[in-house]
Amino acid sequence: MYDERFPGLRRRGFLAATGAASLGALALTGCGTGGGTDAEADGGDGKPRRGGRLRAAFAGGGASETLDPHLANLFADVARAKALFDKLADYGPDLSARPRLASKWESNKALDRWQVTLREATFHDGAPVTAKDVLYSYRRIADPEKAFRAKASLEPIDLDASRATGERSIEFVLKRPTAEFPNVLAAFGAYIVPENAGDDATAFDKSPIGSGPFRFVSFAPGRSAVLRRYDDYWEGAPYLDELEFVVANEESARVNALLGGQVEYAHELNPTTARAHEGKGQIEIVRLRNSAMQAFCMKTDRAPFDDKRVREAFFLIADRQELVDGALSGAGVVGNDLFGKGYEYYAADLPQREQDLDRARALLKEAGAEKLKVTLDTSAVAAGFTEAAGIFRDQAAKAGVTIDVKMGSKDSYWSDILDSGTLACYRSGAMPVEAHISQRLLTDSTTNATKWQHKDFDALYQQAQSTRDKTERTAVYARMQRRLYTEGGFLIWGFADWILGTARNVKGVEAKAPANTLDWARFDKVWLA
Amino acid sequence: MSGGGLRSFVARRLLLGVAQTVAVVLLVFTLTEALPGDAAVALAGDQPDPARIAAIREAMHLDRPVHERLADWALGLPQGDFGTSLASGRPVSQYIADGFGPTLLLAALTVALLVPIGFGLGVLAARHEGGLVDRLVSALTLAVYAVPEFALGVLLVTVFALKLGWLPPTAVGYGTDLLAHPAALVLPVLVLLSRPVCSLFRLVRAGMVDALASPYVAHARRYGVPGARVRYTHALPNALAPAAQQLARTIDWLLCGVIVVEALYVIPGLGTVLLNAVAERDVPVVQGLAVVFGVLTVVLNLGADVVARRLAPRAGVAA
Repeated sequence: MYDERFPGLRRRGFLAATGAASLGALALTGCGTGGGTDAEADGGDGKPRRGGRLRAAFAGGGASETLDPHLANLFADVARAKALFDKLADYGPDLSARPRLASKWESNKALDRWQVTLREATFHDGAPVTAKDVLYSYRRIADPEKAFRAKASLEPIDLDASRATGERSIEFVLKRPTAEFPNVLAAFGAYIVPENAGDDATAFDKSPIGSGPFRFVSFAPGRSAVLRRYDDYWEGAPYLDELEFVVANEESARVNALLGGQVEYAHELNPTTARAHEGKGQIEIVRLRNSAMQAFCMKTDRAPFDDKRVREAFFLIADRQELVDGALSGAGVVGNDLFGKGYEYYAADLPQREQDLDRARALLKEAGAEKLKVTLDTSAVAAGFTEAAGIFRDQAAKAGVTIDVKMGSKDSYWSDILDSGTLACYRSGAMPVEAHISQRLLTDSTTNATKWQHKDFDALYQQAQSTRDKTERTAVYARMQRRLYTEGGFLIWGFADWILGTARNVKGVEAKAPANTLDWARFDKVWLA
Repeated sequence: MSGGGLRSFVARRLLLGVAQTVAVVLLVFTLTEALPGDAAVALAGDQPDPARIAAIREAMHLDRPVHERLADWALGLPQGDFGTSLASGRPVSQYIADGFGPTLLLAALTVALLVPIGFGLGVLAARHEGGLVDRLVSALTLAVYAVPEFALGVLLVTVFALKLGWLPPTAVGYGTDLLAHPAALVLPVLVLLSRPVCSLFRLVRAGMVDALASPYVAHARRYGVPGARVRYTHALPNALAPAAQQLARTIDWLLCGVIVVEALYVIPGLGTVLLNAVAERDVPVVQGLAVVFGVLTVVLNLGADVVARRLAPRAGVAA
């Protein structure tokens, strides 16, 4: 997704803990100040109330926006898509797959055939969601003529061999054992649409029909989308009568609209905004932890980073707290060179790496890389990138490394740094640890920006995917992560929070929901007090 | 001035205008092509899987040679076909039509207020040249002129919308139906007015002061022509020539995308369309806007020159 902002925060009490995801009706949020006044007091009490219209402001894609859920690319697209449509599964707060339209899944012994059973759900026109709709949706996404984003995620499925085994049951045949197959069902953009709905692509913008909690009323690309409660939603009708998504690309405009009572929910706020309004009683600030990984990406196949001593030296150069405080305005936590802090399978037992300039200098000397000069690619593509580059340049100078910061175009940044350069600023939204590995760290990964290509590492991944027992699988992931921790190409220095603002009467906004997970930007469990 | 002279002047300027518009479109096309990345790369975003980018490129027909794409697009123009957006597949004309309404509304309101205020203040100050009124208005306009649009916009929102609660802070959610929410238009129009009023005021004032000090005005006075008539029929037209050109430039600016104001107040006008199109490398949309902006610029400047020629033929406006 493009143009994400990394919100910030002051590290203070993060109360927010609400109940299980399935109970979403709990209230949110609150970051009481030291004096602890408002937030908690009216955060948790009160029964959900039905009715009302909630207006939510997102940064959007302008006049080119579409409601085709398979084309979802921006946060605004996904927020609209998940209100109108459902996936078979979605991610919980720890990025493990939770059943949604699928009520259960079972694999064969070899993990390459999965029987998925659908729950009883209906589309907005009353038609039941069937196995045929699921297969149609997945085949549409996988269409080789098209370039839908979720296509790569669905790659493990052999769609020609997969078939409906009943009205609400599907047998998915996979190309290879895939223990994490439920992750595929929860993949970004893998929404279920009615059979043949996508044959006329413009139909999605005129009258999209999904099985989601809200049904379509009107849509003006780049301006607004109005949705209405779907009373027969399988998980229970939403509390809100109406939900309107409005587009405001400028952060100050989203905040002003929220303060002025023109919207009740503003997505993506800056750390400084959050600080200015936190605990002031005018609006509520919600911080979604562990939403975006922040890193420097070292190309391990070329000098100077083809020497693992140089990579380790760079790991030791970083003062992570300074990066979090400076580049994220404190709105985040430090990283330990591993993706997915707080997620399922994350190797939390490895010691936190700290800055050690003497050791870094010694390693560089050993590698014959004293007086090293490196170019660091950065761009204004994500908030905090240019700041992080400047801070890291100063940190590296202390270890005798000269870093030349090079600004690139933000519209083509990700493509530019994929194959060229040696060192670049990098970030990633939330996804399961397994998806991070398969998309970025295998020999045939499509976006392997660190050029981490090791047959033995690939083999470990295959082993994990062929391991039925979860404890054993966790052990394999731990082995892989230990290797990445020691000599990987990602210097992961932090995890940024995502900041939302809501009007004080908005209740039920889940705070334990990294961006991209089920409970993020979820409005069917929200109510107006 | 004979009618024939004016006609040939207009004809020459129109021809030149067509050439200028073509040049602008070619330049914009070349520059957009020269930007790093194309629509496929921009759409792929942080998933720059090369195979996917190649597939998007093929679906968008970006794999065809540059000159073919340009020629195809240009051939559609005479039929009023601006092509289709790469990003959405919707017609470019729809993009322009949707963005033009809010832009035109803002521009019309701004100009409707700008002309009387700018001229009124200019004449007032010139009448009292060197006096208290003149110095007060001059100082005030200079001060306002020095404030950047963005800062002024934020300031006005903070004071009038958030602190006092008199006006809505943005036009979010109102879409193109801005006329139904006139209160939302007050702040953006104020911001848009701020600088043009100052420059127009200064031009009118200077022109009037010059004219009032000129020998022909002194002569008219000696003949006993009343003061008001001297000011409005003899001196003012002289001040109008430069002001008309300034006004044309202002209207041009108002119509061709006031990006800051649109972003700050969430008004979906042409500036927003342009900004998104460039970020998406949506070449047909950028080109369509270039044509519209080129034509507008040519027509507005031509109009201003004609007015200036009529009002002050001696100024000798070059064709």
